[in-house]
Order: sequence, then structure tokens, then C-alpha cells
Amino acid sequence: MNAWFTVFRKEAMENLRDRRTVMNSLVFGPLFGPLLFVLLIGFMINKASERAEKPLDLPVAGAEHAPNLIAHLRQNGVVIKDAPADPEKAVRDQDEELVLRIPAGYGERWRDGLPAPVELLYDDSRQFTAAAVQRATRLIESYGAIHAALRLTVRGIDPQIAQPVTVIERDQSSAQSRAGMLLAFLPYMLILGAFLGGMYLAIDTTAGERERQSLEALLINPIPRAQVLAGKLAATTAFSLAAVAISVFGLMVFLRVIPLGPLGLTLKLDFASACLAVLVVAPLALLSASVQTMVAAFSKSFREAQTWLSMLMIVPALPSLFMAINPTKPVDWMYATPLLSQHFIISQIVRGEVVLPWQYAASIGCTLLAGLVLAWITVRIYHQERLAISG
Amino acid sequence: MLEVQGLRKAFGAIQAVDGVSFSAPDGAITGLLGPNGAGKTTTLRMLYTLMRPDAGSIRIDGVDAQVDPLQARRRMGVLPDAKGLYKRLTARENIEYFGRLQGLGEATLRERCEQLIQALDLGEIADRKTEGFSQGQRVKTAIARALIHAPQNILLDEPTNGLDVMATRAMRRFLLGLREAGHCVLFSSHIMQEVAALCDRIVVIAHGRVVAQGTPDELRAQTGMDNLEDVFVQVIGSEEGLS
Repeated sequence: MNAWFTVFRKEAMENLRDRRTVMNSLVFGPLFGPLLFVLLIGFMINKASERAEKPLDLPVAGAEHAPNLIAHLRQNGVVIKDAPADPEKAVRDQDEELVLRIPAGYGERWRDGLPAPVELLYDDSRQFTAAAVQRATRLIESYGAIHAALRLTVRGIDPQIAQPVTVIERDQSSAQSRAGMLLAFLPYMLILGAFLGGMYLAIDTTAGERERQSLEALLINPIPRAQVLAGKLAATTAFSLAAVAISVFGLMVFLRVIPLGPLGLTLKLDFASACLAVLVVAPLALLSASVQTMVAAFSKSFREAQTWLSMLMIVPALPSLFMAINPTKPVDWMYATPLLSQHFIISQIVRGEVVLPWQYAASIGCTLLAGLVLAWITVRIYHQERLAISG
Repeated sequence: MLEVQGLRKAFGAIQAVDGVSFSAPDGAITGLLGPNGAGKTTTLRMLYTLMRPDAGSIRIDGVDAQVDPLQARRRMGVLPDAKGLYKRLTARENIEYFGRLQGLGEATLRERCEQLIQALDLGEIADRKTEGFSQGQRVKTAIARALIHAPQNILLDEPTNGLDVMATRAMRRFLLGLREAGHCVLFSSHIMQEVAALCDRIVVIAHGRVVAQGTPDELRAQTGMDNLEDVFVQVIGSEEGLS
């Protein structure tokens, strides 16, 4: 049996026996994100559809000034309520979402053929208000449009003359790409998952083993140090990979099992896409294992390694953060960049866009190469004398 | 058979080992005696190829340890200063892990493991996880894993550190048994009585140099003193760091 495999098997077995490692690396870590996400999305979807179906409650102040407008609103499913005494305060205090106020001069201006003002009071900083405001605005504007057409017709003018331009909206998004928008967090989750999944082992097998005073005895065995490290890196990589796979397939299952309402039907991650996503992140597992093992090598203790690696966690988040602030169309070189390429390819997969074979090859090849180079550097570092010595 | 010639090692400005030469023959127990900080552990670490000497040569059964460290390591069983075990593995798994890394076949491995468990009286705890082992149980397990490949040369760095009287006596009997079997045993200690009671040859180290070596009788003759303790104190130059 190869020495590296002996080391790998022992590291894997030893850590699988540690309940804390298993729970953190393989259960809570990888599943918490997807579960929380699906629950939140479910909540948001249900809330949104509830709002869309519910009749719009609209408190109106001065309804008596515009009976026809009120009738128009009623016809379109709006429930007209009496306005509170102080509408501004009611909106600010969040007692009402929005209030329509019709000033006393409305009727006079209407009869004179002047724009008759109505006021819509709302608080834009409140969540979910935009939908109600938009609905009310549209209904009022449609009332205006009908009467504008009538006025022109009465004067013998074709109403179309007042409409020199018509905007026809043609949305090119597919159901899957719209659902993909909701899954935009997935690249970040998987890249971070690759780093988190191997973190404990990266520390435990290096700084941890040195702290527990068994590294020196291990390195006295007649096997090249590169093999010892290869076994340790393999174990860390395997845990990281397992964490990513558990995350992806966990998400796939959660999306199916947890009821997401009518909109949720389009939000699916099929098995083939899930496998592709895992495949794309796989080389990142080696890369993260190497980086983390390298950092842990320089740490004097388990705790110190933990501190450094927690700080390192900002790195996998960078591309996704950057893309959130400044969304960019991917350029060719980005597919050869570790972290960035995974971000784009997984985004494309969940949006149902075609990923070209060379894009897969560039991402997997370059990340693997970077991982191997880092692994080699880590092995070199472990040839230093002081790294073996505990005291 | 271990042969060390003109070994030197410095850490920065500190010359930890400054020209150490000695040999440890087969079928004998050789003691490396010296106060704490004399350079014993560094000397041993160079012997078992964990550290590279700045100068000097090391031969293990004639194999140059700097030219072929893997071959040299195969001929040595080492109980280093750091005696940590894998606490989530059982004693047997700890021992077998090192056996596999030594390249033993599964049948040989099981046989050797069983022998060592008997010889070191580990039977009752062999299949328990090593978490919570007493210091004595830990050292015994560490010795078993160091000897799993039946090495000719056995190096032990302060093997009785932290052991109680019973465990120390058992350790002595075990080392004597190894000598009877024709092994070359080298162990370091800062405890004079222990070295005096056990060793066929004694190498006294102070300030990174060998200040005296030979059989206990030779040392007494060299210094003209009857009591070994007085001998040690005289050759080292002070009582500091000994016990």
C-alpha cells in the first residue's frame, strides 16, 4: 500500500470519529446555508404572492371630491377605507402602508380641464411597499388615460395622436434565468463551502498534530515527507469536496421537499446541473486545502491557525462580493482565474445558460494547476526542520 | 550499531551541539547523560535524521544517514522527546499505523503488534482509545509503535520522563530485554541513577560537547572517584541540571 494512502486513510478515519468535526464540516456547515436560503426564499415567495392576490386596501382622504375615480378603483378590486385623521403620521408610524389624498380643488381643476392632483403618501424605506404603490399608481393612471382618450374623442381628435411612442416590453429572460436570479448566491456558497469544509482538517493534520506532539514521531518513519503531506492534503481535499457535494445535493433536495408555492416550481436544480456544479468546484477543494495547510504550517498552535484561517475566509468571498457591487460580463481570461471562473460558471449553470467546453477546461485546468503548485510549495515548506518540532 | 563523528549544529548564534563523537555498539545499552540543555535531544534528532547536522557524519549499521536517510530510518526505532499519540485511535491502531508506514505486510504487522502488546503488557488497553491513557500507558504505546518494525537500533529520548516508580522499573526490564536480544539501545537522560543502573556505556554531554565516555569502570578510573555521581559532577563541572 502506498504510504500517502495510509496517511490519508488514518486522517480520514480519525476525523470521522470526531463528532465535532463531522458535525461542523459535513453536516451543519454545508447544510445550514442551503436550508436557510430555501426557507427564506419560500417565505419571500409566499409573502409576495399573498400580497399580489390580496385585494389592495387603500385608505382615501377626501374620497367625496372624486366619486368617479373611487368607483374606478372599486371596480378594479381596491377596498376603499376611511383615511386616518393624520395620514402623514399614520404612514410614518407604519399604521398604514399608503394613503391616497384627494384635495378639495380636485373637482374644480377636473372641470377646467387642468391636471387634477391626487397625492399618494407612502414610505419608500419600508419593505414590500413598492408593489402596493405601483398597483395604486397604475390604476389611477389608467383612469387618467381613459379620460384623456375620451376628451380627445369628444373634440374629434384621434386619441392615438397623443401617443407618439409606444413602449412594447419584451422580456428575454427565461423562467430558469429568473429562477437563477434567486440562486445567485450559489457560487458564493459553494466556493466558501470548499474552504470551510477542509478548514478543520487542514489545521488538525498539521498545526494540531504538531501541538499534540505526534508529528515528530510520524516524520521519523521511513517515507518521504512529500508522501506524508500528500496523504494529509488528500484527506483535507476529500472533506472539502464532500462538504461541497453535500451542500449542492442538500440544496437540490431542499428545493424539492420544502413547499415554495406556485413560483417555486421554476426554482429547481436538476441532478445533472448539481453534478456539474460539484465538478467545477472540485479543483478548488485542492486549492483551498493547499492554501490552508500552508497557512497552518506557519502557525504555532491550533488556535493561531484557526485565527489565520478565519481571516483567510474573506478571500473566497471576494469575487462574489465584487460581482455583487459591480456586475461584469465575464471576459475570456476570467475563465482561467480560480475563484472567478467558478463564480461565473456556476452562475451560468443555474441560469440555464450554455457553458462552453473550453470554459470548463480552462477553469478546471487552471484551478487544478494552481492547486498543485500551491501543494508543491506547501510540501517544500514542510521540509523545513522547525516545522516538525513541537517544543 | 550507531557511529557519530564530529557532529555540530547551531541555532542562530547558539552552538547547541559542538563536535559530538561517540559510538553505541550492538548488544549494549548506551546512555547519553547530560544536564537539561546540554544538546542531548538535538544530537538524537540529528541521529534519527529529523535535523541536518552542520558538520559531522552519522552511520547507522554502516549506512550514512545523510546520504540515505530513509534506509537509516528503517534501521532505527525512535521514541522522541514528543510522545504524543492519536487520541481518537486505539492503542493498537496507533501501533498499526506506524507499522504500515514502515511498509510491513498485514500478516507481519498483526503478529508484531501482538508480540509487542504482550511484551509491554498492553493487553488490557490495546483496543481502547488512547484518550485518557496514563503517562505510563502512553509511553508504552509510543514505544510499541516505535519498535513495530523490529529495528536493530533503538533510540529513546528521556524514556522515563514522567513515569512512576513501577513504570520506570518495567521500562528498565524492557530495555534490558532488548539488550539481551542483541539490539543497540541508546537512551538519553538527565537522571544519574538511571544511567548508572542501566548502562553498559555512558556518554556524558555538557555544553554540546562530549566531556567523558566509557564503561562505568572506565569513568571511575579516569577520574579516580568511586562514586559515579561524583564522577558525573566532576566531568560536567557543576551539578546544575542533573538529578
